Amino acid sequence: MLSQELLKINNLSTSFQIDEEYYAAVDDVSLTVRENEVLAIVGESGSGKSATAFSIMGLHNRGKIEGEMLFQGQDLAKLSTSEMNKIRGKDMSMIFQDPLTALNPLMEIGVQIGEVLLLHNKNMSKTERRNYAIELLGRVGIPRPERVVDQFPHELSGGMRQRVIIAIAIANQPKLLIADEPTTALDVTIQAQILDLIQELKDDLNSGVILITHDLGVVAEMADRVAVMYAGQIVEESDVESVFVNPQHPYTRSLLSSIPATDYAQDRLHVIQGIVPSLKHLPRTGCRFKGRIPWIDDDAHEDHPVLHEVSEGHFVRCTCYQHFYFPDENKEDQANGVTEG
Amino acid sequence: MALLKVDDLKIHFPIHGGILNRKIDEVKAVDGVSFEVREGETYGLVGESGSGKTTTGKAVMGLNNITDGDIYFEDSHLNAKKGKKVDVRNDIQMIFQDPYSSLNPRKRVIDIVAEPIRNYEKLSKDEEKKRVQELLERVGISSDSIMKYPHEFSGGQRQRIGVARAIALNPKLIIADEPVSALDVSVQAQVLNFLQDIQKEMDLTLFFIAHDLGVIKHMCDRIGIMYQGRLVEEGLTEEIFNNPQHIYTKRLVAAIPDVDPRNREKHREFRAQIKEEYQQSFYDYFNEEGLAFNLKQITDTHKVALPERG
Amino acid sequence: MWKFIVRRLIITLPQLLLLSLLVFFMASLMPGDAFTSQIDPSLSQDAIEEQRERLGLNDPWYQQYGRWVSGVAEGDFGTSTAHYRPVTDLIWERMINTIWLSLLSVIFIYAIGIPLGIISGRWNDRLVDQIITGYTYLGFATPIFIFALVVLFFFGFTLGWFPTGGSVASGLEPGSFEYIVSKLHHLLLPALSIALIGVVGTVQYLRSEIIDTKQKDFIITARAKGAPESRVYNRHIFRNSVLPIAAFFGYEITMLITGSVFVEQIFSYPGMGNLFIESILIRDFPVVTAVVLLFGLAAILGALLSDIILSIVDPRIRIK
Repeated sequence: MLSQELLKINNLSTSFQIDEEYYAAVDDVSLTVRENEVLAIVGESGSGKSATAFSIMGLHNRGKIEGEMLFQGQDLAKLSTSEMNKIRGKDMSMIFQDPLTALNPLMEIGVQIGEVLLLHNKNMSKTERRNYAIELLGRVGIPRPERVVDQFPHELSGGMRQRVIIAIAIANQPKLLIADEPTTALDVTIQAQILDLIQELKDDLNSGVILITHDLGVVAEMADRVAVMYAGQIVEESDVESVFVNPQHPYTRSLLSSIPATDYAQDRLHVIQGIVPSLKHLPRTGCRFKGRIPWIDDDAHEDHPVLHEVSEGHFVRCTCYQHFYFPDENKEDQANGVTEG
Repeated sequence: MALLKVDDLKIHFPIHGGILNRKIDEVKAVDGVSFEVREGETYGLVGESGSGKTTTGKAVMGLNNITDGDIYFEDSHLNAKKGKKVDVRNDIQMIFQDPYSSLNPRKRVIDIVAEPIRNYEKLSKDEEKKRVQELLERVGISSDSIMKYPHEFSGGQRQRIGVARAIALNPKLIIADEPVSALDVSVQAQVLNFLQDIQKEMDLTLFFIAHDLGVIKHMCDRIGIMYQGRLVEEGLTEEIFNNPQHIYTKRLVAAIPDVDPRNREKHREFRAQIKEEYQQSFYDYFNEEGLAFNLKQITDTHKVALPERG
Repeated sequence: MWKFIVRRLIITLPQLLLLSLLVFFMASLMPGDAFTSQIDPSLSQDAIEEQRERLGLNDPWYQQYGRWVSGVAEGDFGTSTAHYRPVTDLIWERMINTIWLSLLSVIFIYAIGIPLGIISGRWNDRLVDQIITGYTYLGFATPIFIFALVVLFFFGFTLGWFPTGGSVASGLEPGSFEYIVSKLHHLLLPALSIALIGVVGTVQYLRSEIIDTKQKDFIITARAKGAPESRVYNRHIFRNSVLPIAAFFGYEITMLITGSVFVEQIFSYPGMGNLFIESILIRDFPVVTAVVLLFGLAAILGALLSDIILSIVDPRIRIK
């Protein structure tokens, strides 16, 4: 039995203005996050994965947002900033990529945690907030929390600061936790600890988690469901096992073959030809991945690619996946990912 | 044969403090590291931030003051006292982490790539241009782009320009300091493949510094694992990954995410188990100061930092 | 932090020594000496020589320097050659006036500069910011003495709203209410002139500091916590941007004290700057030397004050 739906995104498009014109960085994305489920959104820079997260949190101050984001029966896209402020930090919170810059350098750790408590619970006294901050710091595995609560960010290591950010995120027992590349800036052993912590907190709070990352290893370790994004669109979506064991879309397959030291990679890593087009120069019609697999016949692509359900709960965009094969190595080497921009 | 030999290298940085700002302590960034990089191989130095891997690399380039120890390159003593200093800088080149900031944005590609050539050789304008075009073609960038600026290239292409600059003087050794950690997965694959190609083509020796064990495993023949300024283990890539001996190495290897989600639970349990072993047996592997012991040979190729018996 | 302050104080000592040497040699390089202006032309060359010998003016420089420094340390700057009064007395009342003027100017600068900087930074590139930025460009381009002259002419002479000279109306009992009001009345115009021009640096600095802070990651963190915009600005952006301004307080004061030279002259305000120019014109070198020394001292102390304030407000320095 599936657990309850927490967030349902229908046809979300987020556009930004470049030279008088709007370009969609997130283009017609639909997603569902359930309770106690980790949904990973994977993609490289420019895929629109972070823009999706920022849209959900309402943190784009210049983007134009279209579509629906139903969270606990409310459409987030329609809420005013002050209505959003009642939800973010409370029912929905976010963990950021770079722990070195995500904390205010001139504010004590305890005050920064206390702020999110104060904003959503006016009845808490200053002492109560401080005590609760200490409890939270202990909860996220920070040693000697009663000392750390009065310290400033620069006195802590990167891993410790990321724990503080997590403490802020879970302070009000959120139902939805959005983690935007939470371990990219951290060392491997610290990464493992932070991932374990997020998993543990998710189980405790029964929350849904959206994990944004470019690291397929992290996805394999954490996710229940995976959405692969390319150029603003979801190109493949399914449960985690299918994506890794039975990947379908050419982009997913290429990505998996390009990471070193996995069972997928051969002696030589696969190189995806060309580069991710910039927002302004995205092809808006036809298969967006077409230009990066030029050896595949044009007829293999759809004119208006849609997501096809290839098996239950497994969606793939465009028909080109049926015709995709990896090119001959030598031929590929000549191009070797080089296109003159 | 050892192309590069680092012998008991120590690099200590002073900490200043007190009222008169005198030296009150020192950070032992590198504290007695010895290893050899053999001709034609790729040697990987792995460690987390603060392990001293980058400091070691910079010391070989002559970019750090060496407190103690010796560095030899093809039998010439790199850090010999004044007078005997041998200039091997055109034999050793470096590639940096961030292709966005390691190239001067106000210089054209021709000036960036030709810079080392101008320092060491006198060429006419035409000869220089021809040479740069050759180099660019060699790294897979159109020779028409010599008048472009760095911002006109993608991340992977910029890293190639950095490589073109590095190979301009036909070096024997290239030190690559986290050359792909700022790049996207697909671009990373591009640069790694390309480094392997250029190594084969030019008979280069690679000294690869990275924190990503996946990348290191893919690239390197031999690996040294650093922790807090010392080597804890050194061996062939298979030895390090399939038969790690030091608890820190085990922990690092266990921390690499497994890309098969079906192994998830097993892997997580294994990681928890290693973590517990690490905490319980810490002082079997480290001395009272929490530092690694001296390396001991356990097979012909495999060395581990274990305490003296008895 | 205490270590930092003590270390900072120790650095001040060589600065003071260097300043005193500089001022001393500058004084001895000035045309003539303390004696030149007192010479009765009818006096014979021998008599002059005798006098010089008696005053120690023929001694080697280090003896003269030693005498001068030990005098200065006791507050003895010698005797004004023009007024036949101890320089210390002469400077004292002028110094009080200058300090009042500088203080009021600083209050005006912060009272005008902080709101303008905040508005300009918060709504950058909007119309209101363009107006404020336009004003700062004008302020940079306008020399203070020209601006002060225009202000004096318009408000002082044409409209007659403000007195055009002096520091207080005559005949009032010092300490009485009327006395204080009259002082303020005299201070207002010069202080405003200084502030309206001097404020532009503060405005521009605060503006760029705010625009910079606005784009920091921790601001996104604050919004993600559900903090309303007013709190994001007050608690995170303004607080973090104003602190560096607070640290400039010391420099600001120094700049004002030394920068008041023109304005005091134009408004005939009896302060140190005014005294400085007067004394140069009448070659009253003991006074000139003393004023230069005090200006230098103010610069050193201002820098010291700024560093100390910075170490108090910024935890990254405080905790080291």
